[in-house]
Amino acid sequence: MIRFENVGLRYGLGPEILRDLSFSIDRHSFQFLTGPSGAGKTSLLRMMFLLLRPTRGLITMFDRDTATIDKDRRAALRRRIGIVFQDFRLLDHLTTYENVSLPLRVLGKDEASYRHEVVELLHWVGLGERMGALPPVLSGGEKQRAAIARAVIARPQLLLADEPTGNVDPNLGQRLLRLFIELYKSGTSVVIATHDIALMDEYDARRLVLHEGRLHVYD
Amino acid sequence: MAEPWDAGSSGSMHALAPEVPSPIVPSGSIAGRALTAVIAILTFLAALTTGAMMMVVGSASDWQSDVSREVTIQVRPVSGRDIDADVRAAIDIAQGTAGIAQVRAFTKQESAQLIEPWLGSGLVLSDLPIPRMIVVKLLSGARPDFAAMGKTLAAKVPSATLDDHRGWIARMRAMAETAVAIGAAILALVLAVTVLSVTFATRGAMATNQAIVEVLHYVGATDSFIAKQFQRHFLLLGLKGGAIGGGAAIALFGLIEAINVWLLGTPGGDEAAALFGSFSVGIPGYIAILVLIVLMAVATALTSRRTVNQTLDRIERE
Repeated sequence: MIRFENVGLRYGLGPEILRDLSFSIDRHSFQFLTGPSGAGKTSLLRMMFLLLRPTRGLITMFDRDTATIDKDRRAALRRRIGIVFQDFRLLDHLTTYENVSLPLRVLGKDEASYRHEVVELLHWVGLGERMGALPPVLSGGEKQRAAIARAVIARPQLLLADEPTGNVDPNLGQRLLRLFIELYKSGTSVVIATHDIALMDEYDARRLVLHEGRLHVYD
Repeated sequence: MAEPWDAGSSGSMHALAPEVPSPIVPSGSIAGRALTAVIAILTFLAALTTGAMMMVVGSASDWQSDVSREVTIQVRPVSGRDIDADVRAAIDIAQGTAGIAQVRAFTKQESAQLIEPWLGSGLVLSDLPIPRMIVVKLLSGARPDFAAMGKTLAAKVPSATLDDHRGWIARMRAMAETAVAIGAAILALVLAVTVLSVTFATRGAMATNQAIVEVLHYVGATDSFIAKQFQRHFLLLGLKGGAIGGGAAIALFGLIEAINVWLLGTPGGDEAAALFGSFSVGIPGYIAILVLIVLMAVATALTSRRTVNQTLDRIERE
């Protein structure tokens, strides 16, 4: 699904913060991306999400070389990937329902055609009673669940999560992890970037460890 | 699929999905009032310019049409010549030329009245050597041979001068063309200012809504979709501003026309009409202003779309 070959990244003229990254993310896989703070987890996720270009190397996504695709093609690839951020990135002027349905609205779909699906998903993540609420009145856990729902509503093949439990308490973090596992079991590949060792110990999965700019894979 | 989140809810939908989805880019986030005012003022100025241009061109065309429908022969009093005989001879020459509808010589009294504004009334003009004017009206669409008429007049009535008003017509045409050129330059400036204002406003709107633009990127929106969200707002702003400015210009022209009609028949009104022609933009003028309103709205929308695309290109390259 995603393949990195000898990928390197530097900002400006500084040293490479990521170097010689060679790994792949397979279909129907679950992995944690971890490393100390500042190791480059977010930068690596941004490259996977086509928000950042590598300074060297090859990234292949769904069998396409990402260096050769145009803007619209890049947007199309992003629609096959869902992303969840530590700070949720919900739009405060849209209701929970509207935030979650945004990926479908962007596709130009008629609201009546996806209403049932969005409502069902909101119930599934436990936000059935909060559909009309605006993000500022949601709790941290509710916001993160809304963000996860938004990331998966368009049935992406890959879900990237950048420190999804960073802003919630440990108990809630475990519950969110179970949500990700359920999504994985329903067919979505999942990559969770986290430095929470306790969270990773909750579930036995592949670990991609960043250390001093290099990636080590522990299956 | 089993619900992974046991929120203890009954599953009832107390908070239903909204009937009408909220705009992705909230209208309150765009500095609408200031830009609407700028576009209203610019549309007003552009409409005034357009109306003035059309009035000048229309008046010049009317004058030209009036002036070119007749020529004048001036017979000067020359010592040793009978001016009345010269006038009769000139009339005969004019009547003998093809394309002439009517020839009328001003009487001595009428000729005196022509120069009265310069010499004042109360002066006894009968003893003064006053030239006599002969007005020659042309048939509609006719093009008489004035060169030949002029030659014949010069040969048979040396004291006569033919004035086909070409000089005046050329001056009027030059004046009208200059007015059109100035008007076009003003309209171009107005358009340039509109584009610049909308560009700045769009950049401001995008900066204010940066979080929204980023999220739209994340959910896979194309640049075209993102641009459309902003374009919609700016099209409405442009229409609103254009309608206010254009509407004010239409009202002003309407008021001027009404005053003009009210003053017609009064000495001041008649003089103004004689000097400036009709203060009426007419139906074509009002239609031109309506077209201008739409053009301003379209220019606003297209400029905002172009600015959004340029900004997104820059974000993509970074």
